[in-house]
This record gives sequence, structure tokens and C-alpha cells, in this order.
Amino acid sequence: MEVCESFNNLTEAALQKKDGEGTPRSGNQKKASAAQLRITKDLSELNLPKTCSTEFPDPDDLLNFKLVICPDEGFYKGGRFIFSFKVGPNYPHEPPKVKCETQVYHPNIDQQGNVCLNILREDWKPVLTINSIVYGLQYLFLEPNAEDPLNKEAAEVLTTNRRVFEQNVQKAIRGGYVGGIYFDRCLK
Amino acid sequence: MEEVKESHQKRWIHLKKVLERPGPFTHPEFEPSPDILDFILSTCKILIIGAGGLGCELLKDLAMMGFKHIDIIDMDIIDLSNLNRQFLFRHKDIGVSKAQVAANYINARIAGCQVTPHCCPIEDKKEDFYRGFHIIVCGLDSITARRWINGMVVSLLNYDDNGVLDQSSIIPLVDGGTEGFKGNARVILPGMTACVECTLDLYPPQVTYPLCTIANTPRLPEHCVEYVKVVQWPKENPFGVALDGDDAQHTTWIYEKALERANQFNIHGVTFRLVQGVVKNIIPAVASTNAVISAVCATEVFKLATSCCTPLNNFMVFNDIDGIYTYAYEAEKKDNCTVCSNIPHPVDIDDPCKMKLKDLIDFLCENIKFQMKNPGLTTTIDGKSKTLYIPTIKMIEERTRPNLSKTLIDLGLRDGQEIVVADVTTPTSVIIKLRYTISDVEIN
Ligand SMILES: [Zn+2]
Repeated sequence: MEVCESFNNLTEAALQKKDGEGTPRSGNQKKASAAQLRITKDLSELNLPKTCSTEFPDPDDLLNFKLVICPDEGFYKGGRFIFSFKVGPNYPHEPPKVKCETQVYHPNIDQQGNVCLNILREDWKPVLTINSIVYGLQYLFLEPNAEDPLNKEAAEVLTTNRRVFEQNVQKAIRGGYVGGIYFDRCLK
Repeated sequence: MEEVKESHQKRWIHLKKVLERPGPFTHPEFEPSPDILDFILSTCKILIIGAGGLGCELLKDLAMMGFKHIDIIDMDIIDLSNLNRQFLFRHKDIGVSKAQVAANYINARIAGCQVTPHCCPIEDKKEDFYRGFHIIVCGLDSITARRWINGMVVSLLNYDDNGVLDQSSIIPLVDGGTEGFKGNARVILPGMTACVECTLDLYPPQVTYPLCTIANTPRLPEHCVEYVKVVQWPKENPFGVALDGDDAQHTTWIYEKALERANQFNIHGVTFRLVQGVVKNIIPAVASTNAVISAVCATEVFKLATSCCTPLNNFMVFNDIDGIYTYAYEAEKKDNCTVCSNIPHPVDIDDPCKMKLKDLIDFLCENIKFQMKNPGLTTTIDGKSKTLYIPTIKMIEERTRPNLSKTLIDLGLRDGQEIVVADVTTPTSVIIKLRYTISDVEIN
């Protein structure tokens, strides 16, 4: 009912309102977008694990940045992997676009840098944050998942022979050919 | 002028019955008066956003209802595939602006109607443009655009020092949406009832498939199309440009590759239409759904403009897949909505030529009302975002540290400037609004 009453005032106000009159001008600066409000919050509360750091080429542009992961344990220990984040105007309704810029021998990352992480696509929810993605990506390096592969060859090696997989990963990190594909050196 | 007589025309006799006499279903505070019809005919300014399927219907409905001052905004041009339902357009109009053609049609057809077209993105228009309307009604197919206009109407609200909303700054937003045989209509009183952002989870996210499924174990024709779009296109980059769903060459390339892939996995059902649908994320539009939803929206505009009846409170869904189903409910306004609950907190600044950013941050930490711990601050200057200081990110902290010792004026912050402040002590970003006790003129 409260709404109805105020609504009536509203119409009265509207009836009295003439073009542009009675409403103070608030200057021409634009209000921050919902995506901007949210990303400011996300980044202010970014709590990076010690293996991760961020790079902002333009500090005024919080919507485009890079995440660097240097795993200190597991198969990928010693490597340095760079991910680009593009946060769109529809954030957090839609997830940011995340690509791996470093060539990596990994069952869940392909040669084009596409990353198979459920919260980046089908399981994204607006309550998730940049932090959630950082932890998701970090986890991919600790526990590569052979069951939903993007790089089938790597996944097969991981299931059949973990020792060979580990050697392949380290070879790729140091730079060189693994399974006919050349990997750039990405040692920390 | 003849407008004095206008309201006496026989044409409005049915409106007069509703507006000039009391009735059992009127709004409790409704006072019948001939002034209300005059308001509709000569004063009320309506903005229609979108001149597509819903927009054509809305424009026709509102113009025939008596609204004379209507603006319509749409950046799109007319395409052959629009003609089956966007009935203000003819074959000869293909390639011409939707807003322009729609306005011309109605102006020629409905006596006294003055439709003003705007052929540009909604983002090109500024606050002063939107502030000039009594009611805004949307027929959009994009969530991004809805969120933008929602943010705009909320930003037009004025609050006094006690955070009390100035009623005259409210511009109601009536929003219609359709998807095939489903549709919804809603009334938003910005700052008072649930806004688009409050109910963002009502909008289904774009359909996506797990990347590993489309890459390795595709089962559906959609999986094949999505694979070509997400993986093969960026890899092969066949035309050296970004994928454009409106470019027939692009769609054909995707179609051929998707068909190849479908054959490889023995999947049936990849058609050119499907490819178009997946690439552009199109849900087939149904003319009758558009007509129903527009009629509801136009009725709500009429109720809001006249007060003759309580408006929809506040969300109505419609579905005519099996018979007809409709119901209305009150979507709840969120107390922590980043957009409509984010009332700017005024902060008085004695001398912006002396006050440094560091002083402002100290104020936010020490003031009893804020008591922040380690706030990050961003703002928008001339439409561009600017990071003032964010302590939690090493690289940004280093680059913005020099700002701490600059004065507010040196940083380009003006009287009335809104600053986004994020701190662990608040669940969402808060907005502060600088108020200079000396005027801009004196500063200059
Ligand atoms: Zn809201």
C-alpha cells in the first residue's frame, strides 16, 4: 500500500512537472556502471594466494587485467602462467572472458588458450567473484582433470602414466616439443 | 490553439469515461478531472526504447491511446526478417533506421501525434535527455541495455540530506520482454520498487555448454555450432575480423564447418537457421506475444500517467505455450542492490583546493558514519572511469599512490562528483557524493 500512496504523489508531481523544471542538474559526469561498482568491490577484496599476482596495464581500466600463476607444488611447479581477464559490461550477470596466454601442456587448456573451468561457463553465478575464478584456476594446476579434457592427448597420458605426464609438463615448461607441439619456455 | 478543443473531440469519449468520473476500481486517491486528459494530450512526454517487435506495438498502442509527445530511440536498421511482425515497416524501408520509419509512419497516420525518432545507441544520450520524460517504456531484447537504462533512471533520483527520496525525481520505467511464447511486463518505480538489478537472477543467463563437451563429446547440433564459434573461429580467423552474426559470409563459414563436424560425430540437425540462432543467440519472436506484452505495458503507462487505477505491482509473467497462463507478483526490492539501494552519501568538503585524497580517505576511516578500514576509490570523469586509489592491489597501489597527496581539485573532482568506495566493512560498493561548500566558480 505504501507504494500506491507514494505512487499517487508521483503522478501529482509529474502533473506539475514541466520540462526540466524543478529538478536540480547534477552536472554531466556519468554515474559508474553496475559492472564498475561490482568490479571495484571484487578487486578491493581480492585475496590472492601467494602463488598469484595481478597486472593492470592501465590502472584506470579495472575491466581488463592479467593474472599470473606460479604454482609452488604439483605437476606445474616452477612454471609461470598468464591469464587474461576481460570483464564485460554485463558482469556479474555474465562471467569474465578468461584466456590462458601461456602455452601450456594441460588436459583442461587447449592450444588457443581456452580454459575448461565450469564456473567460467555453464556454472557461472553472479554471486561468484574474481576471487572464485582465481582459486578455480589455481586448482586446475594442482589437480588437472583428465575426465573432461580439452587436450585429449594430455588427458590420456595423465590417466595412463602420471610419471610421463609429469615429465611432459616439465619439458613443456622448460620449452620444447611435447607430442609434436612446440611449447614456449615459461619457467618462473 | 485547436488543442483547447482537442479534448472535446468525440475521439476521446472513452478515455473521458475513465478519467472524468469515479468508479469502484479506481485508485483510492484518484480525483476525476478533465485536466488528466489534457495532461495526456498536451503535456505528458513518453520515451519508447526500442523500435523492434515490441517497440512497433508500443508506439502504435500509445499513439492511439492519446499520447502525443512520444520519442522513440533505436540504433538498428530495418532487415527483411523484421517485416513479418514489425508492422510499421515495409519492404521499401529495408536498410533505413527503425526509429525514423516508425516515427514517420505514426506521424502520418495519427492526427496530432508528434513522434521524435532518435537513431542512436541509448548510451549516446545523456542524463538531461532522459530527465525530460515523464515515463520511459522499454521494448528491448538485451539485458545489457535494460541494465543501462535502469542505472540511468536510478541515477536521476534526488535524495535530501537525510536520504529521503525526492518523489518528483522519479521517472517510472515500464519494461516489456518476450521470448517466443513467453513474455513479461513490469513496472519499476526507481528507488521505490524492485529494479532490474534487484531481480537480475530472473533473467536466464545465455545458454552455454561445457567447453570440454563441445570439444570432445558433442551430442547436439548446437554443440557443433558452438564449437566452431568458440574454438575454430578464433583459431582459424578466416576473415581476419571478429565474428559478426549479421554477416552472411561469416554465418556461412560457420555453417559449413559445423556441418563437417556434425558429420564427423554423426549428429543430425545442423541447419543454416540453427547456426544463425546459435551465433546471434536468437529466440524466435512471436507477433502475438509482442502484442499482448505491449498492450500490458501501454495500459501500465496509461495508469501511471493518469492515476486512474493502481499500477501493476510489479511483475507480470505471460505464457501461451499451452493455453494461456498469466500471473502477477511483487518482485522484492533488494536492500543491498548495487544500483537502487546505493543512495549516494553526501560528504561536505570545506576546501577542495586544500583537501587531499589522503584526507578524504582518513575521513572515511575516522568518520562515525563510515568507519572504513582500507577503502578503494574509483570515479567517473567525463564518462571515463578513473582509479583514484586501490590499496589492495600492488600494481594499482603503486601507480595511484601519487594521487594521495593531490588535492581533490587537482584530481579533477568537481562539486557533486560521485565516488565509488569499496571496503571490507560494507557488503557492496558505496557511493559518496562530494559537496563543495564553495562553488566551482570561486575555485576557477
Ligand atoms: Zn535494485
